[in-house]
Order: sequence, then structure tokens, then C-alpha cells
Amino acid sequence: MESNVAPSTTTKMNFKNSRSHLSDKIVPIILFLCAALSVLTTIGIVVTLLSETINFFKSVPFMDFLFGTKWSPLIEPKAFGILPLLSGTLLVTVIACIVAIPIGLASAIYLSEYAPKRVRKIVKPILEVLAGVPTIVYGYFALTFVTPLLKSIFPSMGVFNALSAGIVVGIMIIPMVSSLSEDAMSAVPKSLRHGAYALGATRFEVALKIVVPAAFSGIVSSAVLAFSRAIGETMIVAVAAGATPNLTLNPLESIQTMTAYIVQVSLGDTPHGSVEYGTIFAVGMTLFVITFLLNILAQYVARRFREEY
Amino acid sequence: MSTATQAANQTLIHIEQLNLYYGTYHALKNVNLTIPEKAVTAFIGPSGCGKSTLLRTLNRMNDMIDGTRIEGLVSMGGTDIYSSDVDVETLRKKVGMVFQQPNPFPKSIYDNIAYGPRLHGIKSKSQLDEIVEQSLKQAVLWDEVKDYLKRSAFSLSGGQQQRLCIARALAVNPDVLLMDEATSALDPISTLKIEELVQELKNKYTIVMVTHNMQQAARTSDQTVFFLNGEMVEFDQTETLFSNPSDKRTEDYITGRFG
Repeated sequence: MESNVAPSTTTKMNFKNSRSHLSDKIVPIILFLCAALSVLTTIGIVVTLLSETINFFKSVPFMDFLFGTKWSPLIEPKAFGILPLLSGTLLVTVIACIVAIPIGLASAIYLSEYAPKRVRKIVKPILEVLAGVPTIVYGYFALTFVTPLLKSIFPSMGVFNALSAGIVVGIMIIPMVSSLSEDAMSAVPKSLRHGAYALGATRFEVALKIVVPAAFSGIVSSAVLAFSRAIGETMIVAVAAGATPNLTLNPLESIQTMTAYIVQVSLGDTPHGSVEYGTIFAVGMTLFVITFLLNILAQYVARRFREEY
Repeated sequence: MSTATQAANQTLIHIEQLNLYYGTYHALKNVNLTIPEKAVTAFIGPSGCGKSTLLRTLNRMNDMIDGTRIEGLVSMGGTDIYSSDVDVETLRKKVGMVFQQPNPFPKSIYDNIAYGPRLHGIKSKSQLDEIVEQSLKQAVLWDEVKDYLKRSAFSLSGGQQQRLCIARALAVNPDVLLMDEATSALDPISTLKIEELVQELKNKYTIVMVTHNMQQAARTSDQTVFFLNGEMVEFDQTETLFSNPSDKRTEDYITGRFG
């Protein structure tokens, strides 16, 4: 072909790689491994729990476990009904929530709607420090301070009881409720508050009828998270609530929670592989299922009541 | 400054020697102004000139900003609204406000309108229904939403949301309606609708609007006030101010030499 086009030279450009891209190949692999590790650990825990639980149910009928009203796996005559542990756990958790949700919510409303910026800046970190106190300290607080205090009101009360443990678990989860709820309320846009103020709403009306509904899904999540945390709490109940599996709703009696039972068995000399040893996995599985269901419930409630802004 | 419209309409708001400080910042300097009832008064001026601040002194929304200090007189219907026996919530009920960004509550259309009346003690369903319908009709939104009252207010367009906010303000039966750049976030057609609405509403309400848009002030207001650096430079009948401004700075601003 004749070359009749005028320019005979073309400007040359080079698109070759001049840098090493090794890091771009290795870094994602390392990051992936880190992410995979936590997922694998979770799977591992569930598999262990599940296999041990299945083993356990080979020797104890499932229905006896779920609906039995007597829990005595270590002492003859043996009985494997989880209801006493379940009732003990729920008793403590409900008391804890009765304490923590109203107080936590009220302090969140105060911090987000009333407190001057300066006060909030000081109080919020302090509240969050409360969440860092070791739970064993709370346990001794319950046993040596709250219980004697309650005894002066209810003289018949035992040294170990559900009420004292429940109240202190509640105190422990207040920061969680207030901090997460406050985050949710602070995220509500200022413009919504101004809209309500401009209609003649008072501060309290704005907080209650605008901010709380708009932040409701966050508030519910914080409450459910606190509930799960209370159910799983171990040290306080092991120290202050007693070790008496007791099917009761009387908060003045000594009870045993699921977590405290697991501690009791783990610390003892129960032989591996025995039915007694299997109980802690069955109880652990029950705890896991409850918190799992709660989380699903929380997500459903949060979505159902979400007010978009 | 007294011409035909003003003579016909009585003064409702009276501002005398008003100074306002945010901390050490002197935001309003010695403002003197009278605002007639059942007319549209527009505040114009460049950003930061104090026009929105002055607007917010009229329903005391500035009270919520820490460090605000106010001197001078703001009287409305013969009462000093900063005197200690004035209930701020009652004042705000009578002086409604519409904001720059539409800010409907995350509730249904119905509940948005009913929020104010419920706040002030109206519980009867039939009464609330009546107020919701009337307010939406006044804001010329009723025909567009009457079949969807239970839907979220966020399903509406920006312009509809702003008319919803106007309806929400009207639902508590105010005497004065403050509009703080109420159309600046809206498209031209929605803006036009709101301007037409303002013309309707001024028969019943005293309207004070802040606007960045000089054409809007010229089109919709009866009286215009020009602010610069916290000072009131000029106020007059809108026609006079735009055709024959008496202050050089006003002339420079309205002819687009700055701002």
C-alpha cells in the first residue's frame, strides 16, 4: 500500500507497568484471611455446640429437657428439665431490663435533648467507662452492697437472690442502652426538631413525639442488645444470684441462671463425655438459640417501626 | 414610606432599636421596622446580612441558639414578645414558620398536619379530619393527596413536601406566617406554585418572607426590606424599592452589582 498520508512520524506512548503490583495481590489475600478467620471461628463454635448437644440428646429425651420442671443433673435422682434455669435467667434478665431500659432511655433523652453541649461532653464518656468495669466487680457490688440494702427492706430475703443480681445487671447495661439510644436520637436531623418547635411544641413534646419515634428503631435495637447482654451475663449472677435451680418467679429467692450453671459445671470435676458434661452444651445451645432469635426479632422490629428521615 | 397598601393595612409588627448578638458577633444593628398585617413583606440582601436572623426573632427561634443576646423592642399586636409573661410556645403557635428545606416529620401526611393541633389539645377525630382537609386545601395540596393521607410524607415530591409544611403551619391557625427562603430548594414550577399560594394566603395571614431571589421579592411582596451587614438599609413599597431605590447600596444590589 502506498503511504500517501502526510505525517510520517507518530508520537510514541508507553503503557508498561513500571511499579510492582505485588502488594495489590497479597494485601487482599491477607485481609480475606482475617475476615475468614472470624467467620470460621463462629462456624467452629456452632459445630462444637451442635455435635455435643446432639450427643446429649441421645441419652436425654428432648421433650424432658425442654419441659421438665426439675434440674438436677449432678445429684441423684437426676433430672434434666431446663425450665428452672430458664425461669432463673428470665427473672434476672427481666429485672435488669426493668431497671436499665427506663433509666437508660431517660438519660439518653436528657443527654440528647436537654444537656448543654459541655455536660454531654463530660457525661457521655463517663457513662461509657461504666461499661468497662469488670463484671466480677459488679458481682461483689451486688453481694456486699445491694443485697444488704435490700435485706433491710425484705428481711426474709436470702443472701443469694435474683433481685439483687437483676438490679446490678441492670445497672451494668444502662450505659449500653443510654449510649446507643443517644446515638440514635442525636442522628435525628435538627430540622425535624425545628419544625416541631415552630409549631409551639415544648422540649418534652419534641423529645417524646418527634425524636423518640424517629429514633425508635435504634432505641429498640439498643434495648434488645441490652437484653441479650443481660441473658448472657455470667459473673454477676454466679456471684450474687445463687446456685439453686429453682422454678420460681419470686425475685427474693435464690435461683440459678443458665450461665451460672455452665460456670458451676466447668469449674467442677465432671468427667468429659459424660451426660453431666453434655448438659453444659445443651444449656449453651439453648442460650445461643434464644439470643439468636432475639436478634432476628430486633431486626424485624427495627424494620417494622423505622421512620425514615 | 407610607403609601396606599400600607395605609390600608394596619401595622401588626413593630421593631424598634433592635440589636442582636451571637456571642460577640453583632448580627443585627439597630433595626427599626414596621410590618403591616395581611400583606407580604420580603427581606432581601446578600448571605449573612441578618435577614434570616431577624425573621427568627419574630417567633423566637433564636432563643435556641446558645449565646444569643437581644436588645430593643419587638412587639406584635401591641405585645412585647420578649417580655417575661409571654409564653414562647403560644407565640410560636401564632407565628408559624416554613423552612428552607422541606422538613416533614417521618409520619403520614395526615399525622404531619394533625401534629400541631394534637399538640395544642385537639383530640376529636372529626375535628382533626376537618382541620387536615382545610389546611391541605389552603395549601392547594388537597386534590393531589386526598386519597393518600395515610402515606408517608416522604412519598411526596420536594414541592409537595414544602406545601405540606405550609399546611402543617396553617393547621394551628396562626396569624403570621414566616417563610425562610422557602422556595430555594425547589424547582421553578414548584416555586411558582408556592408564590401563587402566598398571594392567596395573604388575604388571611401576615406573611414575612426571606428570599435570595430578587425577582421573587418583586413578584410576590407588597413591601420589601433590604439588609446589608446586619443593618436595615432601606424599606419601602416593593414597586418603589425596585424601580426607584433611594439608597445607592440598594440600587447596586438590585441591579446585580454585588451579592
